[in-house]
Amino acid sequence: MITKDEVCSVHTSTQKEKFDLLGNVIIDYDRKESNLIQILHMAQAIFGYVPADVQYFIADQMELSISKVNSVLTFYSFFSTQPKGKYTVSICLGTACYVRGGKEVLNKLKSVLGIDVGATTEDKIFSLSVMRCIGACGLAPAMTINNKVYKQVNPNKIPRILGMLK
Amino acid sequence: MTTSYQLKRADFIFKYENDWEKILSKCISRTPQELINELISSELKGRGGAGFPTGLKWKLAAEVVDATKYVICNADEGEPGTFKDREILSMVPYKVLTGMAVCGYVIGAKEGYIYLRGEYFFLQPELNKAIREFEYYCKGINLDFTIRIFMGSGAYICGEETALFESMEGKRGEPRNKPPFPSSYGYMGKPTVINNVETLAHTYTIFKYGAKRFYDLGVQYSRGSKLFSVSGDTPKPGIYELELGMSLADFVDEFGDGDTKAVQVGGASGFLVPRKRFDETAIGFQGKLTGISLPTGGSMMLFNSSRSMFNVLDNYLEFFREESCGQCTPCRVGCQQLLMGIKAVKRGEKNAKYLDKLLRLTETMKLTAKCGLGQSVANSFSSIVENFREEMIY
Repeated sequence: MITKDEVCSVHTSTQKEKFDLLGNVIIDYDRKESNLIQILHMAQAIFGYVPADVQYFIADQMELSISKVNSVLTFYSFFSTQPKGKYTVSICLGTACYVRGGKEVLNKLKSVLGIDVGATTEDKIFSLSVMRCIGACGLAPAMTINNKVYKQVNPNKIPRILGMLK
Repeated sequence: MTTSYQLKRADFIFKYENDWEKILSKCISRTPQELINELISSELKGRGGAGFPTGLKWKLAAEVVDATKYVICNADEGEPGTFKDREILSMVPYKVLTGMAVCGYVIGAKEGYIYLRGEYFFLQPELNKAIREFEYYCKGINLDFTIRIFMGSGAYICGEETALFESMEGKRGEPRNKPPFPSSYGYMGKPTVINNVETLAHTYTIFKYGAKRFYDLGVQYSRGSKLFSVSGDTPKPGIYELELGMSLADFVDEFGDGDTKAVQVGGASGFLVPRKRFDETAIGFQGKLTGISLPTGGSMMLFNSSRSMFNVLDNYLEFFREESCGQCTPCRVGCQQLLMGIKAVKRGEKNAKYLDKLLRLTETMKLTAKCGLGQSVANSFSSIVENFREEMIY
């Protein structure tokens, strides 16, 4: 079985190699409809996002309608149909983070990065997104950058945190 | 009958115990009926928030005759303000795995799944390691039981059990109609027991120390201890194991910052309790203690007087609007209208009486929404609007 770690290491390969790999993943999962979500996870790991041509490919290989694949894909907030930047900055707006100033942090992020929620900076380095409670309420307000959690952030800390990544 | 409204700490869940092999072997040397009786007499109720008696759940699934059954551990912890399951799975995974395997033995299931919340992806490597070791031991004692992790994909609604099944079957996570209930028609249409992470960890305590030890904690109708995720305006946020049945006043004495004006019990789908009702509110499942009694998944969020309750409600409604799966109209349209409604009142475009109209809308949602999400919007909405009406208007 192809693991997610193997899949994640294919960043440099060509588009064709990526589709071949995804084809193998689908065969690995027996083309079963019940494995659609796992396959979408893998597709996102291979391509970084799941654009229309990838959705068509999956639908075709699994003998599902494209609307079926698209409807499942768009239901879950983990899947993206847009390319993501190198770093995905997500601010938690769950209630605990919200009342402790999550929104001010979000506004600061918007102004520092110059993008809105869901968008990616022009240099493809940062994407901005919003989460609903990551289970870090005790550390509120919490922010994650590519799964690393930053606790008790405030607007003043933002430029430094982002600056360290650039 | 022990009635205590005092806050009492307990230490079972996170207690380090390295005897899970012994407990598991001991359990499978007993008959399923004995184990079910033990659970029933402990009066353990589901710790996800709904509070369905766990023993009865296992019993119902055990009674159905079917060659294929499933045990599912619901680790799709998505309720804002709840973060206990993550800790359990990283600190004491063996208790949960043992609970699952014993459940499998009792109902006759050979496959178990952990539906892990997408945001908790980082738990997967360690958990897989624990599962491999656990399965190896099961093989050794001729217990045919495998456990696999299923990763969620970021949808709050998938914590609802039937939506979770749909999601595991590769579909959109839209809740099913009930009945049929999971004990007869669950994952893949097969009899399924689905328990919260914490519930399974409690079964470990019960099977190790006996039902009585567990039953002696807490108060009538609300036996045992429970993990509480404490957040908001508190000097000591974190996870605490407390006996059920304490009064909210005691809780606030312990965890408040001296200026607590309200506590949200049970997350976005729970209730907001204002200061004047702290004394008469007990944290438990049901029954008449001195006043209202609240079930909870364990989220306790404290607000001090610097917080605007309008902002809190606004945040909840935005959350619900975002997370409503869109399948049934009362929830899909209701959440949007409630959010637009309170904003219009705040801006002065609607008069204060409009809030009563919105309250009636939540009543409708409570009666007609298909699942717990749409039905429970009324909880936070009515408890906030009724207690902090002036903050909604001015």
